[in-house]
Amino acid sequence: MKYTEDHEWLRIEGDLVVVGITEHASTQLGDVVFVELPEVGTMVAAGDEIVVIESVKAASDIAAPLDGEIVEINNVIVDEPGKVNSDPTGEAWFFKMKIDDLSLLDQFMDEDAYNELID
Amino acid sequence: MSELWHLPLEELHVELGAKMVPFAGYSMPVQYGRGVMKEHLHTRAAAGLFDVSHMGQVILRGPDYATIAAAMETLVPVDVAGLGVNRQRYGYFTNDAGGIEDDLMLANRGDHLFVVINAACKAADIALMQAGLPADVTLEVIEDRALLALQGPQAEDVLAALNGAVRGMRFMDVADLELAGAECWVSRSGYTGEDGFEISVPAAQAEDVARALLADARVEAIGLGARDSLRLEAGLCLYGHDIDATTSPIEAGLGWAIQKVRRTSGAREGGFPGAALILTQQVQGAPRARVGLRPEGRAPMREGVPLFVQAEGGVAVGTVTSGGFGPSVGAPVAMGLVARDHAAVGTQLYGEVRGKRLPVAVVALPFTPANFKR
Repeated sequence: MKYTEDHEWLRIEGDLVVVGITEHASTQLGDVVFVELPEVGTMVAAGDEIVVIESVKAASDIAAPLDGEIVEINNVIVDEPGKVNSDPTGEAWFFKMKIDDLSLLDQFMDEDAYNELID
Repeated sequence: MSELWHLPLEELHVELGAKMVPFAGYSMPVQYGRGVMKEHLHTRAAAGLFDVSHMGQVILRGPDYATIAAAMETLVPVDVAGLGVNRQRYGYFTNDAGGIEDDLMLANRGDHLFVVINAACKAADIALMQAGLPADVTLEVIEDRALLALQGPQAEDVLAALNGAVRGMRFMDVADLELAGAECWVSRSGYTGEDGFEISVPAAQAEDVARALLADARVEAIGLGARDSLRLEAGLCLYGHDIDATTSPIEAGLGWAIQKVRRTSGAREGGFPGAALILTQQVQGAPRARVGLRPEGRAPMREGVPLFVQAEGGVAVGTVTSGGFGPSVGAPVAMGLVARDHAAVGTQLYGEVRGKRLPVAVVALPFTPANFKR
């Protein structure tokens, strides 16, 4: 598992990257009540704000961690946004994307570095 | 940001796991460990304890109650003189333009008037009263008392365990009661739409009273986050958001707080700032109206979202003034100010969220029925 400074986690699954938000991020957001995901097939650039999350407190965006194509989205969290709080690193993944080169993930933090960031 | 003010119960909040945030210059608990959603639902199901010590507590004294009331009636459109002893009323300060300077609670305590004002407006309200009151009416700002609110359907049972006299109180009654050894000023009121009590307690004993209440398994500490969603579902205005110096009480749907005696043809008609405009609007209608809004989808519509008649084009006919997710409703809820022609219940409007126009229906307020003990 790799981590971005925006509190996303990235997991390699075959030739895809699965993206979600960390436990820390979901706690900070508070109770999530709405999630809007990008459409499958969308070509995104790193930094594009492609997910909207609304909690009881506020709206926030999640950016694409890398350039690539959205190939699958998790409608479970659209129907049950509360899963983002109850299982952020498991059932509540956000999207899967196809990127050019999986070694691009090396630029992100490992678990120890991320834990240091949020400590 | 300048130095934050710290209130008597801050250590207790931290011990209870509160997340403290700056609010109106005070360090306040926005939520505890269970989060806004669970805190909100607990309040509607059992009883929630809120620390609202940031609000201003003020006493007006004078030669007699009639003199104090007459003086206060020059600042608010409320029937203060006709308020019974140990009864409380909701009201607001108005300005010459017919807007609202702040909303407040007024209680007739026999020889004095007890006033509770919003934290963010405290200094301005005090200045407004000091400037507007005659020399024989004096204002005392209460700095040595905390203010707690116990709200929810089990609030009466919980508080009765400390003092059975609370069972005899009706909505908006006020009484001096001993609670956990402290001399408290208790009113049967609140701002959640639930039955409940507001408790003014000497600062030195605030923790004793709070702990005595929290010792009851039915009570949980509730933060400002849930206080906001509770009052929004209850259709209650938040000053600085749903109402401000540019909204008239009639637009805001608060004309009910102007008792008959202060209205056109009443025995003490007018006599408060902006009376001509406000009383005219009360008869002829106001250009805008505060309405309830139910977004059709799941996306919350928050403060500032513009409202349109059509899915494309046109100019905005209103704005969301408060909005978010209503935990008891289980869906997004909002309030807004809308041009009169588009304010009827059942009207379909569109709120523009992140560049998209999303359907939203004008609905009756409140979203959750009030549960007061009349």
